[in-house]
Amino acid sequence: MVVTGRKEAGKLLNQVAVRGLSKAYRRRILFKDISLIIPDRSVFVLLGPNGAGKTTFLRIICGLIPATSGQIEIIINGQVLSPREKRTQIGLVSPDLALYGELSAVENLEFFAEVRGIPFSLARARELLHFVGLQGREHDLLDTYSSGMKQRMKYACALLHQPHILILDEPTTNLDESGVALVDKIIKQQKQQGIVIIATNEPREVAYGDQTFTLA
Amino acid sequence: MLGPLILGIWMSGVIIASFLYMPATQGLGEMGRIIVYHVPAAWIAVLAYLMAMINSVGYLRRGQLHLDRQAQVNAELGTVFCLLATVTGAIWSRGAWGQYWNWDPRQTSIAVLLMIYAAYFVLRSAIDDPDRRARLSAVYAILAFFTVPFLVFIVPRIYFSLHPDLINLADRSFDMDSRMLVVFLASLAGFTGLYVWLYNLQIRLENLAYRLEMKRGE
Amino acid sequence: MEIRLLPWLRQSLAVLRKDLRIEFRTRYAYSALIMFAITTLVTVSFSVGGFVLDADITAALLWIILFFSAMAGLARTFVHEEETGTVTALKMAAQPEPVLIGKYLFNLTLLFSLAVLIVPLFLVMLNQTVLLPGALIAVILLGCLGLAGASTILAAIVAKAGAKSSLMTVLAFPVLLPLLFAAISATRVAFAGGLPQAIAADLLMLFFYDGIVVVASLLLFEYVWNE
Repeated sequence: MVVTGRKEAGKLLNQVAVRGLSKAYRRRILFKDISLIIPDRSVFVLLGPNGAGKTTFLRIICGLIPATSGQIEIIINGQVLSPREKRTQIGLVSPDLALYGELSAVENLEFFAEVRGIPFSLARARELLHFVGLQGREHDLLDTYSSGMKQRMKYACALLHQPHILILDEPTTNLDESGVALVDKIIKQQKQQGIVIIATNEPREVAYGDQTFTLA
Repeated sequence: MLGPLILGIWMSGVIIASFLYMPATQGLGEMGRIIVYHVPAAWIAVLAYLMAMINSVGYLRRGQLHLDRQAQVNAELGTVFCLLATVTGAIWSRGAWGQYWNWDPRQTSIAVLLMIYAAYFVLRSAIDDPDRRARLSAVYAILAFFTVPFLVFIVPRIYFSLHPDLINLADRSFDMDSRMLVVFLASLAGFTGLYVWLYNLQIRLENLAYRLEMKRGE
Repeated sequence: MEIRLLPWLRQSLAVLRKDLRIEFRTRYAYSALIMFAITTLVTVSFSVGGFVLDADITAALLWIILFFSAMAGLARTFVHEEETGTVTALKMAAQPEPVLIGKYLFNLTLLFSLAVLIVPLFLVMLNQTVLLPGALIAVILLGCLGLAGASTILAAIVAKAGAKSSLMTVLAFPVLLPLLFAAISATRVAFAGGLPQAIAADLLMLFFYDGIVVVASLLLFEYVWNE
C-alpha cells in the first residue's frame, strides 16, 4: 500500500494538465473547452480526422502557438514550467519540424546541443545516431538523406536533451519496418521514464495509448 | 447627437473668428492666421500617435485584439492630422520664407514620421492573420518610436531650424495677441474635441466590423 | 526576462557558427549582397564616367549602395529558416535572445565583409579621395552596426509576414533614415575634410542609434519570435 501511495504521489509531481483549452482560427472553432490530465509514465494518444486540430493541439502544448482560451500546465517535480522552461523538457517530432539540410547529422546534433546549453560529445552523437539506425551516415548532409532517414534523424534530435515529455505527430511517417520497430522501442522506453503524447490515426500506434482522446 | 452639434458650432465659430475676430499677426501678416490650424493639427497628430503607441504596448502586454483596433484607428487619425499639419506647414513656409518645401529639419522629421506610418500600414495590409498582424505591427511601431525620436526631437535642436521652437515659445519675442490667444486656445480645444469624436466613430465602426465577421463565422 | 549573459553569448555564437556554416555552403545571402553592390557600383561608375563628383554626392551614393545591398541580403537568414521549416526546431531548442544576437552577429559579419570589399572599390572607381581615413573607418563601422541591427529585427518581422519581397525595404527605410542622414553627413566630412566637431556630432548620433536599435530589438524580439 505504501509503495502504491508513493507511486501515486510521484505521478502527481509530473503531469500535463489541460484546463478548458479552446482554439479558434479566425471564425472557425477547432476545439472547445478540453480538460484532461496526462499522468506521468503514460502514453496519451490524440485521435481525430484530418483537420480536427491534432497538430494545433500539440503545438499549443509545445508553446509554439497560443490557445484562444484555457491553458496547459506542464508540471515537473511539482513545479509548473514557465514558457521558457518548456523547451528543456519537451522533445518534438513532427512533419512540420525540419532540421538543417545543409548540415550533417553530427553538425545538427552539435548545434542543437550548443544552443540548448548542454554538453556535446562526438561519442554521444555517434551513440544516438547508431541508436536511430543512421550509423555510417553521420557526416553526410541531411539534404542527401531519404525521407525515412530524415524522420529517424528527428528522433535523434528530439532525444538529444533527454526530455521528460516526448511529443510525436504522426510518429511513423515515411518509416520502413525497422523504423517502425525503432519508434516502438522509443515509445516504450520513454514511457518508463516520462510522458509520451502521440497524434495519429494508425491503429497500431493507437494501441500504445494508456489514454486516448478524440478531437471531433 | 448633442455632442457633434456643439462641436460643429464650436469649430464654425473658430473658423469665423480666425478670419474676422483675430487680428493679423505682426511680421507674418494675414498668413499668421494659419497658426490656428497648423499647431492644433500637429498637436492632435502627436497625441494620436502617442495613443497608438500606448495601445501597441498594451497589446503586446495583454494580447487583446481590441487594443490593436484602437492602435490602428489612432494611427490612421494621427496620419490624417499629420498630413494636415504638413500641408498647412508648407503653406506657412511659403508665406514666411518663400518656399513650400526646403528640407528644414522640422519638415524632414515630419516627412519621416509620415513614411513610418505609411510603412506601418503597408505591413498591416501584408498580413492576413489578425493576431500576427497585431503583434508584428505593434513591434514595428514601437521599434520606429525608439529610433526616430532622433529625427523628431533631437535633430531639429542640433541643426539650425527656421521653425519656431514651441517649447521656448513663451519666452520668445513671438508675442501672441490676447485675441489671437483666445482663438488659438479655442481651436486647440475644438481640434481635441474633433479627435475624440472621430476616434469614437471609427472605433465603433471597427468593433462592429469585427463582430460582424465573428457572427458570419458561427 | 531572465538575463544570464555567458550562456546567452555561448548560444548566440552557436547560432552564428551554424549560420556561417550554412552560408559558406550555399552562399545565398552573400552572393545577393555582393551582386547587388557590384552591379550598382559599376552602373554608377559607368554613368559618371571620368567626372569627379562632389563629396556630397559620393557620400550619399556610398550609403545608398550599402543600404540597398543590406536590404537584398540581410533578410535571408530569417526567411530561410521560415521557408525550410527549421524555425520550429530552432524555437523548440533555443531561447529568443541568443537567436537574435546570433543572427545579428551573422548579418554583421556579412555586412563587414561586404564593406571591406566594396568601399575600397568604390573609392577607386569614383576617384574619391579620403582626407580623414580614420573617420571614414569609424563611420563605416558604426553605420554597419546600426544597419545590421535594424535589418535583423526587421528581417524577423518580414519572415513572419510571409516574406513579401518589397516589404523589407519599405519597413527599413524610415527606421534607418536617422542613421543614413548621420552616416552620409559624416562620410562627406571624411571625404572632403573638415573640423573634428563637424563629424563628432554625427558619430555620436550613430553610436546612440546603434545602442538604441540593439536594446529595442532585444526587448521586442520575443514578441516577433513567439506566436
